[in-house]
Amino acid sequence: MIVSRRWLEALLGRSLEGKDVADRLARQVAPVDGVVPIHQDLRDVLVARVLEVKQHPNADRLSLCVVDAGGAPLEVVCGASNVQAGKSYPFAPVGATLPGGLKLERRKIRGVESNGMLCSAKELGLGVDHAGILELQTDAPPGTPFLEAVPIADEQIVIDVSANRPDLLCHKGVARELAVSLGATVKLPNIESSQHFAPKHGTRKGTVDGVEVILEDPEGAPRYMIAVIRGVKVGASPPWLATRLQSIGQRSINNIVDATNYILFEVNQPLHAFDLAKLRGPAVVVRRAKPGEQIVTLDGGTRKLTPEMTVICDAERPTIVAGVMGSAESEVTGSTTDIVLEAAYFQPTRIRRTRRALGLSSESSYRFERGLDLLGMPDALGRAVDLIRAVAGGEMREPPIDLWPEPQKPRSVFLREARVSHLLGVPVPRKEIERLLSAVGFVAAPKDDRLAVQIPGWRPDVTREVDLIEEVARLRGYDSFPDELRPYRPGTVPDAPAELTLRRIREQLVASGGGLLEARTIPLGPPDGPDAVSVLNPLSAEEAHLRSRLLPGLIRRVEHNWSVGNRDVRLFEVGTVFKRGKGTGEGANVPVEELHLAMVLTGARHPAHWTDSINAAKLPDMDIWDLKQHFELAVGLAAPSHDVQPAANGSGWVASVGMAAPLEADAPKWAARLFGLEVRIIVAPAGLVRYQSLPTQPPAVRDISLVLPGAVTAAAVEAVLRREGGTLLERLDVLDEYRGAGLPAGTRGVTWRCTFRSPDKTLTEREAVEALERMLRAAEAELDVRRRQA
Amino acid sequence: MGGAANALKRELEHAIEERERELKRGATALADVDLTLPGRPQWRGGVHIVTQVVDEICDIFKELGFTRVVGPEAETEHYNFYALNFPKDHPALDAQDSFYLGGDVLLRTHTSPVQIRTLESYPPPIRIVVPGRCYRRDPFDASHSPVFEQIEGFAVDEGITFVDFKATLATFARRIFSPTTKVRFRPSYFPFTEPSAEMDVQCQICGGSGCAACKQTGWMEILGSGMVHPAVLENSKVDSEKYTGFAWGMGPERIAMLRYGIPDIRLFFDSDVRFLEQFSK
Repeated sequence: MIVSRRWLEALLGRSLEGKDVADRLARQVAPVDGVVPIHQDLRDVLVARVLEVKQHPNADRLSLCVVDAGGAPLEVVCGASNVQAGKSYPFAPVGATLPGGLKLERRKIRGVESNGMLCSAKELGLGVDHAGILELQTDAPPGTPFLEAVPIADEQIVIDVSANRPDLLCHKGVARELAVSLGATVKLPNIESSQHFAPKHGTRKGTVDGVEVILEDPEGAPRYMIAVIRGVKVGASPPWLATRLQSIGQRSINNIVDATNYILFEVNQPLHAFDLAKLRGPAVVVRRAKPGEQIVTLDGGTRKLTPEMTVICDAERPTIVAGVMGSAESEVTGSTTDIVLEAAYFQPTRIRRTRRALGLSSESSYRFERGLDLLGMPDALGRAVDLIRAVAGGEMREPPIDLWPEPQKPRSVFLREARVSHLLGVPVPRKEIERLLSAVGFVAAPKDDRLAVQIPGWRPDVTREVDLIEEVARLRGYDSFPDELRPYRPGTVPDAPAELTLRRIREQLVASGGGLLEARTIPLGPPDGPDAVSVLNPLSAEEAHLRSRLLPGLIRRVEHNWSVGNRDVRLFEVGTVFKRGKGTGEGANVPVEELHLAMVLTGARHPAHWTDSINAAKLPDMDIWDLKQHFELAVGLAAPSHDVQPAANGSGWVASVGMAAPLEADAPKWAARLFGLEVRIIVAPAGLVRYQSLPTQPPAVRDISLVLPGAVTAAAVEAVLRREGGTLLERLDVLDEYRGAGLPAGTRGVTWRCTFRSPDKTLTEREAVEALERMLRAAEAELDVRRRQA
Repeated sequence: MGGAANALKRELEHAIEERERELKRGATALADVDLTLPGRPQWRGGVHIVTQVVDEICDIFKELGFTRVVGPEAETEHYNFYALNFPKDHPALDAQDSFYLGGDVLLRTHTSPVQIRTLESYPPPIRIVVPGRCYRRDPFDASHSPVFEQIEGFAVDEGITFVDFKATLATFARRIFSPTTKVRFRPSYFPFTEPSAEMDVQCQICGGSGCAACKQTGWMEILGSGMVHPAVLENSKVDSEKYTGFAWGMGPERIAMLRYGIPDIRLFFDSDVRFLEQFSK
C-alpha cells in the first residue's frame, strides 16, 4: 500500500516528515518497505519571472524572453505562444537535468544564444498538455526552487500491509494509527449526502430515482447500496485531484472515475460508477452467475462465469463481475450524463475464489477479499456523492438505496484486565488499556469484572480477547516491555535421534581427512528413478520431481564444478529423499521420506606440493580403492553392522543399504574419473565403544606371499587365515598384489603381513611358526592357495 | 646455603649452554633449506556454511533449554495451514504459494507444522527448535530460493509471557551477533501467533547508521515470531487458558548471508568447491 505524505498531512492537519512517519508506523503498526520521494527529478527547476518578451530576430514562431531567475536577467529563447511578460513559469537553467535525463546546455537557437528553458507541464513529467509553458500561480520570488513553490513534492510511504489489516489500505486508516503516536486527530470533511439516506434494512429490493435494485444474492453481497446522480459533466479532474492520485502512483482518468478512486484510497470503500443510459431496465440485479454466462471485462478479456460468482446485471445480462471488474459496455464515458454509483460489501471468500478462478485481480478485489467496513458504507458513499458533485456537478434527486437484508450490530469482545498482564508479563492498568483501545476506535465499557469492547467495523480481524491484547501491546509499543530472562521449566521433548545421527555423520565425514565438503543441493529435478514423486505445479519442467536419490543431484554439482574449471571435487550430502507412497486412499499422496548419504569423488588424491617430483607432475588421482574406502566409511557411519560386498555384476560394491561405483558424467577431457556412492541412513544412537586393554607383550610379525588361483578372492583367503590363526593372529594386512612373470597363467600373487601376539606372554618363534603353518595348510587344502616360491 | 646456590647456578648455566649448542646444531642442519617454502598441503573438508549456522543457532537455543526435533517435508494442508489457524480462502495464504504433490498433500512452506505434531505427541512444557527444509513457489533470484532452510522455535508452558518471548529472542540475537547488538520488536501478522512480531537487529553492515543494505533504516529483519495463538493450542486440544507460549521462525541462509557478506543465495546451492572451501574448518 502506497500512501502519500501530503495526503496524511491533510488528514492530520499538521506537517510530517516521511522518515519519521515510516519509523512510527514500523514500530506500532506495520512494516514499511520504504519512503520514496517523488518528483525529485525536478529539483534543478526554478521559478522564473518573464520580464520582457521580444520577437526572435531570425524566427517568426520563436520569442526572445528576458527572464529573472533570481540572478542577473537572462536571455532565453522560447517557442511557446502563451508566454507573457510579468508571469511566472518553471525554468530550467543551464546545467539542469530534466525528467528523462536531458541535461540542459547553453546553445544557440537560430543564431541567438539561449540561457535555459521555460518548461511545459509535459517537459516536467506533470501532464500531457504540451500546448504551452506552464503558467504558475505563485507568489514565490524568482529563483525559488520549483518544488518549494508548488505543492507537488511528496513522499510515497510504502507500507507492507498484512492480510489481516484491511483498515490500513487507505489514508484514513493509516492516519488513524499515526494520530495515536503523534497525539493528533484525524479530520475528514463533513459529509452532506449521508444526511439523506433511506435505509431499507431487512429488504432485498427497492427503487431509487427510477432505477430498480434487486438483491437476489445476499450471501454474496450482504449489504448493497446504490445512488443515482443525474446531470454530471464527465471531464478532466481538477489538478488537486489528479495530483493526489498521481502522488500514489494512480493514473488520472476522468473526474468521475478519479473521484471514486479517491474515496477508495481515502476510506477503503471500492465504488463502481456506471452509465445509467446503458443500463437496460433500468435495473440493477445482484445475483449468482448462471452456468455458461459470459462477460467481456474492461481489460478486453471474455470471462466465463460460474454460479460460484456474484454478478451485477441490468434487466438483461451481467455488466460487472461483482467486486472484481466491470465491463466495457457499462463504463462511464465522455458522453455519460447520469450515473449509477454502487457501494457494496461482497463476501470476502466469494471474491477470493472468483478472482482466483478468473485469474483477474483489481484494487477492488484486493480490498473486498480482505473484508471492508460493513458499518462505514453510508459515510463512504456519501463522501463519494459529495466529491462527484463537487468535481463533476450533477444532482442526487433521491437518497441512495441501502439494501441490507440482515443488518448487523457492532460486535463486542470481552477483555479481562488480568489476562492482559498474564499474557504480556507486566501489569497494564485498566485505564491504560481503555485509553489505548479507544485511540484507534474501540469503545471499551466495564461490564462485571471485564471490559466489553465494541469493535469498529473496519477491524474485521479482531474477533477474540487475544486480538485486543495484541492491540494493547503494539499501541503501548513492543519496545516498552522488558526483555530480562526469567526462569523456565525444561521441556518433555527429547532431541530427535535423526538430527543427532545426521550431525554425527557430517562431523565424522569431515573429520575423516579426505577433504570431504558438504553440499546442499535442491531436492527438485528431473525424475531420477521409478519411485520419483512428481510435483503437480512445478516452476519448470526440469524441476518437476522430488529426488528419490541424492547422487544425480550431486553429479550435476560435479558437472557445475567442471564447468568452472574445478578438477578436484569431493562432495557429500546428507538429506531427505522421497519415494512414492505405498498407501491407498487419502494417504496415497504422502510420499515416503528416507534419509540418505551420498558422495562424489573425482580428482587428485592429495593437493600438489613442490616436493613432489616434477616428473610426477600428474599426481595420483583417486581410484576405485579410494571409492571403496569411502564406501566403507559411509556404510560404517550410516548403517553400522552392514557389510560391504563386491557387486555381483562387477560394477563396484554394494551393501544392503546402498552402492558404490565409478560413474558416467558429462566430463571435460581434463577431468579425472568420477566415483559415487549412496547409502540409506539407519537412524540409531552412536554405538558405545568398549575399551580394550593395551597390549603389554611384543608382537611377532611374518609376511607371507601366496599364489591365488583365478577364482579365489582375497576375502576367501583371509577368512581361512583368520580362522586358523585364531586369537594369536592380531592383524592381517594386504601388502601387495602381483600378476605377471614368474606366476602360472591365471593366478596372482598376494602378500599378507601377519601380526601375532599373545595377550599374556611373549610368543616364542615356535608358536608363531606353528600358527603360520596351520594357516597355510588350511589355505592350501581348502582353496588350493600355496606359498609363492621365491 | 651459599655453596648450594652456587652449585645450582653452575648447573643451570651448564644446562643453558648445552641447550644453546643443541639449538645451533639444529639450525646448522636446516641451514641450506629455504624455510619460506610452503609446507605440505592437505585437502580440507567442511560442513556447509548453512549447516554450520543451523548448528550454531540450535546450540545457542540448547543452552536456553530447547531440544532439537524434526518433521516431514511433505505435509498435509491440515498441518501446514489449518491447524495453524490459517483461515480457509484467506489472503494470508497468498504468501505461502505451495508445491502440491496431489490431493491436499504439499511440500511444507514452513517448519511450523512441527508445532502441531509436537503438541499432539508431548505434553507441555515444550521447548523445541526445529530446523528443516521448506518449499515455496518463488523462482530463484539473488535473495529467493524455492527451497530454503528454516528454524522454527516453539515454547509452551504455564505462565509464559511476552517478556519471556522477548527475552529469549533478544538473548539469542546478542549471542549470535554480538553482546551489544541492539534489537527491536515490531508488530506483524502470522495466523498462528498473537500478538505477532518481527525482530530486527541493528544493521550488521552499517552498525545502525543507515545504508543501502538496510534501506537506510539501520535495522535488519531477522525473524518472524509471536505468542502462540490460542487457536493453535485449541486445535491440538491443549487448554489455552492454562497454557501460553511463543514461537518464531527464521532463515539460517539469510543470517549466513548477513553475517558472512554472501551476496547471492544461489551460492549455497551451486556447491562450487571454491565456495565451500572458504567456510571449511
